[in-house]
Amino acid sequence: MDEQKKLDEFQRRIDNGEKIEPKDWMPDRYRKQLIRMMSQHAHSEVVGMLPEGNWIERAPSLKRKKVLLAKVQDEAGHGLYIYSAVETLGVTRRELVEEYIYGKAKYSSIFNYPTLTYADICAIGWLVDGAAIVNQTMLAKSSYGPYSRSMVRICKEESFHKKQGYEMLAKMANGTPEQKKMAQDAVNRWWWPTLMMFGPPDDESPNSAELIKWGVKSKTNDELRQSFVDRTVMEAKKIGIELPDPDLKYNKETGHWDYGEIPWDEFWEVIRGNGPMNRERIRARRKAYEEGAWVREAASEYARKKKLRDEKAS
Amino acid sequence: MKESANGTKQNEWPLWEVFYQPNNGKPFEHAGSVHAPDAEMALQNARDTYSRRNEGINLWVVPSDQIVASTPEDQGPFFDPANDKAYRHPQFYSVPRAAKKRK
Repeated sequence: MDEQKKLDEFQRRIDNGEKIEPKDWMPDRYRKQLIRMMSQHAHSEVVGMLPEGNWIERAPSLKRKKVLLAKVQDEAGHGLYIYSAVETLGVTRRELVEEYIYGKAKYSSIFNYPTLTYADICAIGWLVDGAAIVNQTMLAKSSYGPYSRSMVRICKEESFHKKQGYEMLAKMANGTPEQKKMAQDAVNRWWWPTLMMFGPPDDESPNSAELIKWGVKSKTNDELRQSFVDRTVMEAKKIGIELPDPDLKYNKETGHWDYGEIPWDEFWEVIRGNGPMNRERIRARRKAYEEGAWVREAASEYARKKKLRDEKAS
Repeated sequence: MKESANGTKQNEWPLWEVFYQPNNGKPFEHAGSVHAPDAEMALQNARDTYSRRNEGINLWVVPSDQIVASTPEDQGPFFDPANDKAYRHPQFYSVPRAAKKRK
């Protein structure tokens, strides 16, 4: 089959809603886009452990400490599901990890913001994980089988993440005036960066059209952002929290909530590496990778020697 | 051993495919993969990665390079022998009318 025929057949399968599996023929560009997008996603899950891990030892109660530990462990698991899915495209785990720690691979800009109080942990669960659910529910229908399956797995766990955050925030919002102030302050700081998580507006998003054509995504950045805003406005109202946007207004014609101008300059600055925590995040990941090297080597060496011993014994 | 980007020498732990049995009596399903230096750690990593909420009551780990798979390009000819044997399905057979009515 010549290249064009293969490409047409591939597009036909996508349009039919079929899943593409690792050994199926796929355009080189599809493979590359997937590797880029999925590895960014995996890196984000892993780096996402840092802002929250920051508070494990200072959790307000044993219960909250257990919850946070479980959540952070899930984030590690999510990273591993996706890395395992990217590896089916013919890249090694080490290449992926090192491209991120020493190279140019990106991760979600949201994790370059600091967690200043415990209320930030509540706000992250509610807003950041809430936004992730909107995005990942769409990705669960992705045309690439292994990616889609890893998203199904993640979505099942993610609703716990959101719910524990929302519950805690609701408690704080109905607590003492100081607690209420803390909760509101955290939401004020996390609202806009959360809206940026969906990526640049549609007219500035170079990859969107291609990803949609190939069924990797099925909605645009702005569509996803809007559906997140719509559901979050209601949730905020119910717990007496205000969203820090004076332009937030229900639009009767569209049936959606209109929101104000997102500070995109800030977004691009963070992407460029100048967010409040960019350097710290990379430093922490490098440190963990390099200081853990001897453990990985020792385990390999142990396995090698044990195998030799077992072979001799038999 | 390959030289890594920061100059340290590291080799990557082998890859293992993970299968789990969701419930008693159910067949094993593929979950994903993990890296581990040996079978024992592969099982532990598989448990921590794919069964944090009792998704499985039993796990298998298999070295990924030991899996032999059919190729999608040969799908047609490979599965062809099944295509012209309608008589393997119950629909191939007609039931006497008398037997049909009595339900």
